[in-house]
Amino acid sequence: MSGSPLLAVEDLTLHYVTRAGDVCAVDGVSLTLERGQSLGLVGESGCGKSSLALALLRLQPENAQILSGKILLDGVDLVSLSDEEMRRYRWDRIAMVFQSAMNALDPVYRVGDQIIEALEQHSNAARQDMVERVGQLYELVNLPPNFIERYPHEYSGGMKQRAVIAMALACEPDLIIADEPTTALDVIVQDHILRELQQIRQELNMSMLYISHDMAVIAEVSDVVAVMYAGKIVEYGPAEAVFTNPIHPYTRALMSAFPSVTGEKHELATLGGEPPNPLGLPPGCHFHPRCPFATDICAEQEPPRVRRGDQWADCWNPPEAESDD
Amino acid sequence: MTEAAHAIPADADRPLLRVEGLRKLFPAGSSRFGRNQRFIHAVDDVNFTLARGESLGLVGESGCGKTTTGKMLVRLVDPSEGHVIFDDGAGEPTDIATLRGKPLKDFRKHAQMIFQDPYESMNPRRTIFDTIAEPLQVQDVGTLADRLDRVTEMLALVGLTPPRTFLFRYPHELSGGQRQRVAIARALIVEPSFVVADEPTSMLDVSVRTGVMRLMADLAEGLGISYLYITHDLAVARYMCSRIAVMYLGKIVEIGDTEEILRSPQHPYTQALLSAVPVPDPTVKRPPVMIEGGVPTLVEPPAQCRFFSRCPRAEEYCETNDHPPLERKGQDQLVACYKA
Repeated sequence: MSGSPLLAVEDLTLHYVTRAGDVCAVDGVSLTLERGQSLGLVGESGCGKSSLALALLRLQPENAQILSGKILLDGVDLVSLSDEEMRRYRWDRIAMVFQSAMNALDPVYRVGDQIIEALEQHSNAARQDMVERVGQLYELVNLPPNFIERYPHEYSGGMKQRAVIAMALACEPDLIIADEPTTALDVIVQDHILRELQQIRQELNMSMLYISHDMAVIAEVSDVVAVMYAGKIVEYGPAEAVFTNPIHPYTRALMSAFPSVTGEKHELATLGGEPPNPLGLPPGCHFHPRCPFATDICAEQEPPRVRRGDQWADCWNPPEAESDD
Repeated sequence: MTEAAHAIPADADRPLLRVEGLRKLFPAGSSRFGRNQRFIHAVDDVNFTLARGESLGLVGESGCGKTTTGKMLVRLVDPSEGHVIFDDGAGEPTDIATLRGKPLKDFRKHAQMIFQDPYESMNPRRTIFDTIAEPLQVQDVGTLADRLDRVTEMLALVGLTPPRTFLFRYPHELSGGQRQRVAIARALIVEPSFVVADEPTSMLDVSVRTGVMRLMADLAEGLGISYLYITHDLAVARYMCSRIAVMYLGKIVEIGDTEEILRSPQHPYTQALLSAVPVPDPTVKRPPVMIEGGVPTLVEPPAQCRFFSRCPRAEEYCETNDHPPLERKGQDQLVACYKA
């Protein structure tokens, strides 16, 4: 880890104000992402991963507030920018591929025009140049050029997702945030899109924050992995280390609960209970009611950080590291 | 669970379900003046058997006809052609494909369905008790007091404990995993001999999913229930099903023992499907998938092999001949491919 990272999130806290009370969706999250690196953010529904992604673009819903923390992009704190300044950063420097490509495209405009619209916000180039640029983008994401003039309903699910990726790449951002971009797709299409995304990322030396609930997809796309539970990053580290030797019991549980088609058929672990209600998070370590290793202190005090090389986890009773063979 | 006990027959060799030449055509609009009505061949000549207590996984991509097949087995969709011979060991084998009226209603006691989305498969204005007791009410089983006992018993069975605290809650008060448990309780309360489970865990979080999968497996074993387990996820099928059938565009292209198929898939589509499944290990680099994405249309497909247009092995022979029949390629493995 040399030089300054492209993205550094420092102690970011985001609350939703609801009638039932404040919900702390992102709770003191810190992350760094180097240039050209891919960070996989994994967690279950409601853990705050999408809220975090939206906050990075300052696109969080109206009832959400960033209470504290910094989002440093190349040293510039996005939290302190005015709306107008932020607008210039958005898409130009950070772009996002949304979860449901079906809803990210406007059904009444041609897809090509929608990409041009995004371009127009950030460049003064002539229309002809922009049309050309869309052609390049279509080539990059393997879409046939004659689809530029077509409407979203004429695209298949995979094609829509490709178009949304093309749109995100339009201004050659430094960082692309992909929020479950392949969740609604069949495995074969998912495979094609993941490969294309990786290839494009490497060609353009882009950084990526890839969000998913799917451990297997995260394993395939990430250099670094962050595991999120109840608004906090509970484990962070190089993908290989986290997958081969997870520290946090939650990470371990997620991995052993994940069925695999290859290798020996291992017994799937069952994690008792349900993810906690964000309105009434358990005290101490939020995971303690479901944790097989929990002791009294876990329910009382926030867990300390355990480090193992570049990998860390917040846990009172980290299970022993498995011996490497 | 007395009835379920004697649902296990003396003659266990006869399959519980025998599906023969099952077809479903949906009208897809017609040419001018209503002539030449065209059809979507959603399920096209599907054959398989489901043994007692067996769990058969039906896997394939969206639009391959797996849900339509499942719905035909419980008669939520009427087959266009073919037979579904149901033999619970107690009475005469019956062809449920053509049942109507009272016999059809009686059959519904034996066949139930669990749907994918626990948020949409329940009436939000009915309590959990009403939801689970509905099949009993429809079938006119027991008094209200009996039903209350049965529902309480079922809630305990599916792990919603203590049952009394769940009885009079509403679906919105439960999590996705809990709702899916309610759906399971509702399906099992009539003690069916088989259940069609349509992606029952695909909407659930990983940490909750295993619990529901295990519950379904335990109940099947304890109550002697057969499942047709519909899923797009081969890894889930591996854990839930002793046998799997891979479907592509309305046809079963490969069927057999789960481990055998996963170890040595023979059909090029099964191979592609398997190679596309992400591996939860960052040190593994999967080889690229050999076929293009994008499923062709099902409207009046040509007679040739359904997989022809995407098949990396396709030859002229495949183009000029009909869709290949299922042929034995392993101990318990049937494959529909000329080139396998």
